[in-house]
Amino acid sequence: MMHLYDLLVSPFVEFGFMRRALAGCLALALGSGPIGLFLVLRRMSLMGDAMSHAVLPGAAIGFMMAGLSLPAMSLGGFVAGVVVALLAGLAVRFTDIREDASFAAFYLLSLAVGVLLVSRSGSNVDLMHILFGSVLAVDDAALLLVAGVASFTLLTLALIYRPLLLESLDPVFLRAVGARGALWHLAFLMLVVLNLVAGFQALGTLMAVGLMMLPAITARLWAASVGGMLAVAVMLAFASGLGGLLLSYHFELPSGPAIILLAGLAYLFSLLFAPLGGALPRYVRGRHLEH
Amino acid sequence: MSLRLNNLTVSYQRHPAVHHVSGQFAPGRATAIFGPNGAGKSTLLKTMMGLLKPDSGSVELAGFARRDIAYLPQQSEIDRSLPVSVSDLVATGLWHSTGLFGQVTHAGRGRVADALAAVGLKDFAARPINALSSGQFQRVLFARILTQDARLILLDEPFNAVDARTTFDLLELIRHWQEEGRTVIAVLHDYEQVRAYFPHTLLLAREVVAWGETASVLTDDNLRRAAQTAAHWQDRAPVCTVSGEGTA
Repeated sequence: MMHLYDLLVSPFVEFGFMRRALAGCLALALGSGPIGLFLVLRRMSLMGDAMSHAVLPGAAIGFMMAGLSLPAMSLGGFVAGVVVALLAGLAVRFTDIREDASFAAFYLLSLAVGVLLVSRSGSNVDLMHILFGSVLAVDDAALLLVAGVASFTLLTLALIYRPLLLESLDPVFLRAVGARGALWHLAFLMLVVLNLVAGFQALGTLMAVGLMMLPAITARLWAASVGGMLAVAVMLAFASGLGGLLLSYHFELPSGPAIILLAGLAYLFSLLFAPLGGALPRYVRGRHLEH
Repeated sequence: MSLRLNNLTVSYQRHPAVHHVSGQFAPGRATAIFGPNGAGKSTLLKTMMGLLKPDSGSVELAGFARRDIAYLPQQSEIDRSLPVSVSDLVATGLWHSTGLFGQVTHAGRGRVADALAAVGLKDFAARPINALSSGQFQRVLFARILTQDARLILLDEPFNAVDARTTFDLLELIRHWQEEGRTVIAVLHDYEQVRAYFPHTLLLAREVVAWGETASVLTDDNLRRAAQTAAHWQDRAPVCTVSGEGTA
């Protein structure tokens, strides 16, 4: 018993930074998990990645103006992400460009600007921080940001759940009944950006996408309903956070990759064994029914 | 209550798909829109739904609010990979009473069940939509139109890839809608279906070839003219000089 306690509990009891990191992971899981799931359902799984790159120039401008300041970098990142989402969305609406191509074009543009800004102004260490962050260095301000974003995300998702899902399911119907599908889609993209910005202090932009997408993709293999998938995504994201923190503590690994790696392992395991969509259960099926 | 097209022209890259079309649909009756491929039939429906903008002219839907109109597009863009049940999809037809956040009431649930029973899918309520055949799926979409309780129903080639039995059941539903005084406008390709179920026909070939009682519209002469007009196509057509203003 003592051994298990040392292994699983005492790191959080003894160290404040571990407790803060754990709370941060819980908040990230609650916000990013559902966002990731909607991205998967809308066949926009790669969009999170694109948006994470789009955030970069804003964060860099924030850094240039205020140094390593969380509010400045977050605000800059949010603005840059929203601008890219808006421009890409407008291009889809008013030209013949498709959504995936439009986002690819604008995020690449944004990324180029971002890298240019970072290379002109900061050292590589700062770039590393923006890209990779550290959940163990989360301070109270960052924690409040992450928790605030998670709360806001859940409330907003609860409000736009029906039109958002219907817009993925049957956009023509939504237009035919006169509802503004594009509006909900845009609100959703804002949430994506917001959650990436919240995640990049804790995990860095790259890893924040991992916590958003991996549990969500895995959830499709375990649950048959949207509600079930939401629950699985959030729980998996938090479990990855908890496990990753412990791994990083005991083996002195960087926390971000440890968390994402665990989420990735859960995905690989599910690919093989998940009862609904996994590969192996397909070979173990019962005899067919009468009708 | 009137449903008029006033000198309507809709074009793709300046080539008109619907060209100076004027006329009035018979309210409370079923009108078939008949014509060769490329005659502008789907374009006309989309324009009536406001999904396409006319170049000139107008669609006049006096007495119909948005909520009174149901529309079944030709190839529905429904993403059938989404984990949604048959009854949930049919319940989206309650949109105008639930709105964005409203609860699906007990009465609403009852309407969904009734609609599913009416299209012969009583036991399918809990099935995921990706487990349906195309015929069953079309029945589900008709059930959704039933829950919408619309007074004007626009159907774009509703019986493509649907077997004879399902087509018959759904045509009977259309007959029933007509008896209830609903206006049905359907794009169809089957001559026999039109003659049996649709008292009015609009024969379209970019322009109106004939519009009126089905028997007087679907004559050999009219059908030949429709085929000729639709086949006529030039890359460098001259600019049309017919006035786009006013009503014809």
